[in-house]
Amino acid sequence: MPETALPKSQAPPESKATGTPALAVRNLSVFFGKNAAVKNVSFDIAARAVTAIIGPSGCGKSTFLRAINRMHELNPEARMEGQLKLFGDDIYSRDVEPVVVRRRVGMVFQKSNPFPTMSIVDNVTVGLRLNGVGNRKLLAERSEQSLRMAALWDEVKDRLHAPAISLSGGQQQRLCIARALAVEPEVLLMDEPASALDPLATSKIEDLIVQLKKDYTIVIVTHNMQQAARASDFTAFFYLGELVEFGPTAKIFTSPAQKRTEDYVTGRFG
Amino acid sequence: MQVVTFACAILVVAPLILIFYHIVKQGFSSLNFAFFTQLPKPLGEKGGGMANAITGTFVLLAEAAVVGVPVGVLGGVFLSEYGSSKLNWWVRFAADILNGVPSITWGVVVYGLMVVPMHGASALAGGVVLGLMMIPLVMRTTEEVLQLVPGGYREAALALGIVKWRTIVQIVMRTALKGIVTGVLLALARVAGETAPLLFTTGNLGWAHKLTEPIAAIPLQIYVYAISPYDDWHRQAWAGAFILLLLVLAINVGVRFFTRDRFHSKT
Repeated sequence: MPETALPKSQAPPESKATGTPALAVRNLSVFFGKNAAVKNVSFDIAARAVTAIIGPSGCGKSTFLRAINRMHELNPEARMEGQLKLFGDDIYSRDVEPVVVRRRVGMVFQKSNPFPTMSIVDNVTVGLRLNGVGNRKLLAERSEQSLRMAALWDEVKDRLHAPAISLSGGQQQRLCIARALAVEPEVLLMDEPASALDPLATSKIEDLIVQLKKDYTIVIVTHNMQQAARASDFTAFFYLGELVEFGPTAKIFTSPAQKRTEDYVTGRFG
Repeated sequence: MQVVTFACAILVVAPLILIFYHIVKQGFSSLNFAFFTQLPKPLGEKGGGMANAITGTFVLLAEAAVVGVPVGVLGGVFLSEYGSSKLNWWVRFAADILNGVPSITWGVVVYGLMVVPMHGASALAGGVVLGLMMIPLVMRTTEEVLQLVPGGYREAALALGIVKWRTIVQIVMRTALKGIVTGVLLALARVAGETAPLLFTTGNLGWAHKLTEPIAAIPLQIYVYAISPYDDWHRQAWAGAFILLLLVLAINVGVRFFTRDRFHSKT
């Protein structure tokens, strides 16, 4: 595959600036067998902003996140209804391959998972290399750029060829962020990216999220109320698979419209 | 209780030590240069060696690898990465039964499938029978080691937009490579000493110049020599056993070498 074959957004670039939502979610439901994990969810996720998804365990927030890049389809029982548009493109359209969606929507997982057989730099470039990019100069450029964006460059620039698993837990998670950024996605999904890290590493990840929203649309699932309040611009509160409330983070945390939201963010349940 | 279990543990180790002791003692003294370079001498003549059988065993193992490794590894990949649970149950069941099929049965099957239609024993038939025996072994070990690769790596690769087969080959299989190679080597070591399936299939004669000709193998040569009434042949049988033992030992050491941890990972 020639290196120009990496799919780019079909959306005109100006759409990001004019406030077209990065993701338009309409009546989205996700089922596992007979159970509905996400029920009839509709809202818009703004471009170049951080949207936090909060809610108690089992409320469907991770499933919702995985539906955005069609990762839930790895479960053969999964089925979805509704519509999800990424900068205007219907990602569930019949002619769209999940692989193409995932190149446009990157993901960072709860447990850092750098590939153990690869060096630091190989981990960063793996998404490009295994999609047919062979140009060494481009790979070197992109790996430095991604590591800088993930605030990891200064810590690893002298040992790029060391095994990735020689890094600390927090560094490994930032490496995973760099790996996701290297394929230049339009949206970055984060599934509790800091829940396994110590406070210092967590605050680095949060600073990073705030930095990254200049260029990326970020959707983050978190259990940590303070994290949602600190790092996000918008917050969606999920409960039992339903979207209870969505709005600017300040409003959700100070004057929520729904009683259940207030109870949750103030720690009365969950 | 502890004493009983300790005694059983000793019972496990003791035969190994005894086998080693006898084969090394008898075999090493019977080794000479001619053993590696000469063909067996006709009945009654002294001297000669097992050059053809040693070469034959390597040829047969190479053939077995060509037959058994691709099918076994890809079958294991199917079980681990693609198959549905119902189909997998049947494939696993079949593989486990095949693992338990007596080796002489394999020989008879390949005799019927290849030796009879080809009008004679051949190196090809011998390689195929050993390869077939490797398949269920390699398949099950490959499946097991692929299952040990954490699902997080598959998800991470797929989430980067990497297609499934590339994820499997370049992420999952690469992560499990040591385990796969170990499984292959152990299967090779296992079939290297097989005698019964070769009885019907290889012919055990002289030098094979083509794969369609009969070929000799160390275990068969040991068998023939060991049941003969000649002291000189007995000595050669011991030497052959010694070489075979060294071969299997070398493969096992290779496994250890291959599986040693290069990175000393913290996780």
